[in-house]
Order: sequence, then structure tokens, then C-alpha cells
Amino acid sequence: MRARGLFTRTALVLGLMFLYLPILSMIVFSFNNSRLVTVWDPAHSPTLKWYVALMSNEQILRAAWLSMRIALISASAAVVLGTLAGMALARLGAFRGRMLLAGMTTAPIVMPEVITGLSLLLLFVAMQQLIGWPKGVGAVTITLAHITFCMAYVTVVVQSRLSGFDEALEEAAMDLGARPLRVFLRITLPLILPAIASGWLLAFTLSWDDLVITQFVAGPGSSTLPMVIFSKVRFGVTPDVNALATIMVLIVATGIAISTVWMRYRQQRRVRDLQLAALANL
Amino acid sequence: MRLTTASGRRLVAGIPILWLLVLFLVPFIIVFRISFSEVRLAIPPYTPLLTWRHGSPVLQLHWSAYRFLFTDPLYISSYLYSLKVAAVSTLCCLGLGYPMAYAIARSDAASRPVLLMLIVLPFWTSFLLRVYAWIGLLKNNGVINNVLMYLGVIHHPLALLQTDFAVYIGIVYSYLPFMILPLYANLEKHDGTLLEAAADLGARPLRAFVRVTLPQSFAGIVAGALLVFIPAVGEYVIPTLLGRTDQIMIGRVLSDEFFENRDWPVASAVAIVILLLLVVPIMLFQRLERRELEAAR
Repeated sequence: MRARGLFTRTALVLGLMFLYLPILSMIVFSFNNSRLVTVWDPAHSPTLKWYVALMSNEQILRAAWLSMRIALISASAAVVLGTLAGMALARLGAFRGRMLLAGMTTAPIVMPEVITGLSLLLLFVAMQQLIGWPKGVGAVTITLAHITFCMAYVTVVVQSRLSGFDEALEEAAMDLGARPLRVFLRITLPLILPAIASGWLLAFTLSWDDLVITQFVAGPGSSTLPMVIFSKVRFGVTPDVNALATIMVLIVATGIAISTVWMRYRQQRRVRDLQLAALANL
Repeated sequence: MRLTTASGRRLVAGIPILWLLVLFLVPFIIVFRISFSEVRLAIPPYTPLLTWRHGSPVLQLHWSAYRFLFTDPLYISSYLYSLKVAAVSTLCCLGLGYPMAYAIARSDAASRPVLLMLIVLPFWTSFLLRVYAWIGLLKNNGVINNVLMYLGVIHHPLALLQTDFAVYIGIVYSYLPFMILPLYANLEKHDGTLLEAAADLGARPLRAFVRVTLPQSFAGIVAGALLVFIPAVGEYVIPTLLGRTDQIMIGRVLSDEFFENRDWPVASAVAIVILLLLVVPIMLFQRLERRELEAAR
């Protein structure tokens, strides 16, 4: 028993090192002066010159701004569609098209991206021939594609949250005469808000990060940040990409830290409220 | 909540169904249709399926794209290679992920959320950049070779980049959380008293593990394996950045046919054949997923 505990624990530590060492090495080498990237230049390092280079790189900044706008719109639209789909699957019972909806929301999650990308581009081309819209490929088609694969993830998150609490609360509100929309706004929505929030963050990250599907449905002049990074790193390591990676890791780490502190604070407040309520009942 | 208003119900289910029909299902039908066309120099660059002759429609199915796929050895070897890479990577993921998930499930309740967070955290940072990080580690004057040479283990740099090994590393690295999470969800629910009972009856730990824990975690293993295997077959970024140049994977073949050769029918046929290969795993995954969600209710 003890031997196995030792074995699995060693595997856990080694696995975590495996997950984090590459990220750490990117961070370290982003401060390296040498153009050779992975050969440390002790005489002139650490340096911030790659960060300076990054901040004056017009192409990267423009791509980051485009990716940001696409991700904001895609995540927001995906949350609305994914919440509707999650509600339908978790709360509507048996309805016509249930199997179809369930299938169409889990398939995009595992579907190889090249297939999704190709099929969406062919759709946009066919639509353009038939109805003359969308006009060419670019930011609009990228956003439509991103909404589609992001909503699948939101659906799963919302559906599992809805399955996690029982329908008694909603039924009680209905029995008290609340209309469905009111029940949704006053009872269901607050309960699934954490799932919606994490669904939105997940959708934002996926959209911000996507390369393969985007490459298919992007046009000239609509290069997103991953597309610019990919074309840079395809032919080797470049130091300013290390700086970019470090900034992105920093943003994510800050976000996670804030949300952890916030969640702990809410937890503590809930415990205190419960204690106060218990005291009041004495 | 039973939505009473019929129109409300129709709206809640109808809007996402309509969206996915147009942007998920119809595109596949189009891919299927174009795979039976022939390439031509026009806009769009493929022959129409229906032509009008003397006022009546004539169906023209071309099998040339598929014939091409099954006669040219390039395609067959790419398919086989992709399946091999996906299978090996999935096994490696399982080998590393299972003990990790097990250790998390057996750790005390306070440290579990922290450990899970550590597993998921890399997933929130860019996939592309995490794959890129391995170029810096694996290349000839990269970190791994430099460290090994400094320690005197090797005297000439090992060729690590642009090998099968680099692709396995990249896939295991990127997809490890997808293996660990379903495994953890499964292992966490196990009843510890079963193992105690096995021990009381004289089973040694390894035997108890093989006879009790392993069979119980089968659903988690399958779910994790599918989540790694299916996307790995069509993986594009990892083999392009880390992999061999003399043997490409099928996702790259599809992309090259489309972007380099502008052969839409062949690219579509490649996509259809990948789907045919993956249809059984994908349906298996959907059944597991549905059962999981229904069990949670």
C-alpha cells in the first residue's frame, strides 16, 4: 500500500514538472539577451529588450486587437446559445430533436479541427454563391466559426451545472405562480451564473487561442494573433514570442489568483452568514 | 422546471438547434457532396453534382477523389501513421495520467482542488505557445541537449526535434489534462472499503488494484482515451511544429491539399475518410458523455 502511494505520488510530482517546465523555460528565456534564444547570455541578461520589441511590433499588436474583439463577441454569443442548449438538454425532458441537439453539441468538442475548419469554409463559400452573404472571408466568418465551436463547450458546462441541482426550487417558484421567464431570471439564472461565467471564460480562451479552424475561415488582412505567432514560429524560435508567452501566462495567473481569492471570500462570507443565522435561531 | 409555454420551449431548444444545423450539420453535407466532384479551374473549383440536360437533372458522381486516396501510397501511409501516433500518444497519456489521477483522488480533501487546479492551469494558457515551448527544449542547441552535454551524459547533441518522439511528447503534453480529469472524476467516487475488504481477504495491494480498482475505473479510462485519441488523429499544429518532415499526418495532408494544391474534392474526401475512421470512437464518446450527465441528475 505504501509503495503504491510513493509510486503514484512520484508520478504526480514528475507529471506536474512535465507540465510546468516548458512554460517556465519560456519565461526564463524571455529575459535572455541572446538571439539564439536557448543559449543563455550571462553578460547582458536579464534584459527587457524583447518586451520592448514586442510592444513596438505593429503586426502583433494589430493581430492581438483583432483576436481580442473576435474573442469578446464569440464568447458572449456562445454563452447565450450554449445556455439555451444546456437548458433545453437538462430541463425540457424529451422533445423532438433532443438526440440531434445532444449529438451536435458534443461532436464539435472531439472533432478534429481540420475537418471543422474545412467544412465551415465550404459552407461560407456555398452561402456566398446562394445568398451573397457573407461577402468574402474575414473577421465575420471567423466569429461565426468561433461561436459554433465555443457554444458546444458552454453547453456542456451549463448542462452539468443544471443537472447538479434539483428542479424543486424552480417548481416551487412555478407553484407560487411565477411565469417561466421570471422563474428563469430569478431562480435558474442566479444558480447557473458560476457555470455561465466559467463557460464564458472558457469560450474566450478557446477563441483567443484557436489557430486551425481560424486559418481556414480567415482571409487576407484578417490575421489573428495565433496566425501571426504560427507563421513566426513555424521556422524556428523567436525571442519576442517568449516575451508574448510570458505576458499571457502572467495575465492568466493573475486572473486565476483573483478568482481564487474571490471564491474563498464568498465561501467565508457564506459560512459566517450561516453561523449568524444559527445564532439568531437560538 | 417544466416550461409551460409551448412557444417558449420551442424557442429555447429551437435557436441552438437551428444554429448548429446551419453551421455544423449542413457544412458536413457540403463536404460530403464536394468529395464526389472533380477539380476544375473555375469558381468554385469543383464540378457541380447536378447538371441539367434536356430539362431534367442528371446526377454526376465522381469517385476520382476516393480512387486517388486509395491508390496513392502517400495517403494510406499518412492515415496509418496518424493512427499509430494517436494510439501511442494515448497509451503514454494513460500511463502518465492514471497514476497522477490516482494520487490526486487519494490525497486529502484540502489539497485536491489545488492539485486539480495545477492540472487544468496550463490548459488556460495558449496551446500554440505551449507546443512552441517544446521547440526551445528539444532543438539541437536547445535546453535538453545543453543540459545533457553540460552534465557530460552526451558529447554530441541528440536529434530530438522533428522526430516521432517529439510528436508523442507534444501530444501527451497538450492532452494530458483531458486524460486526467475523467479518470479523476471516476477514481474519486470509488469506495475505499472495497480495497480494505480485498486486503482483509488476503489480497496484496497490486492484486487488489488489478482486480478491484482497475475494472471499476474502466469507464474513466475509455472516456479519457477517446478525448485524447480522436483529436490526436487529426492533429495539425503539433506535427507541423515538432514532427518529421518526411512523414506527415493526415490533418496536414488535408490542409495541404486544400491550401497548396487547391484540390477541394480530394481535401473533402480526406475529411470524409477521417470521419469514417473516427465515427465509432466519436459515437462511443457521446454515449459515455450522455450516461455521465444522466448519472449526475
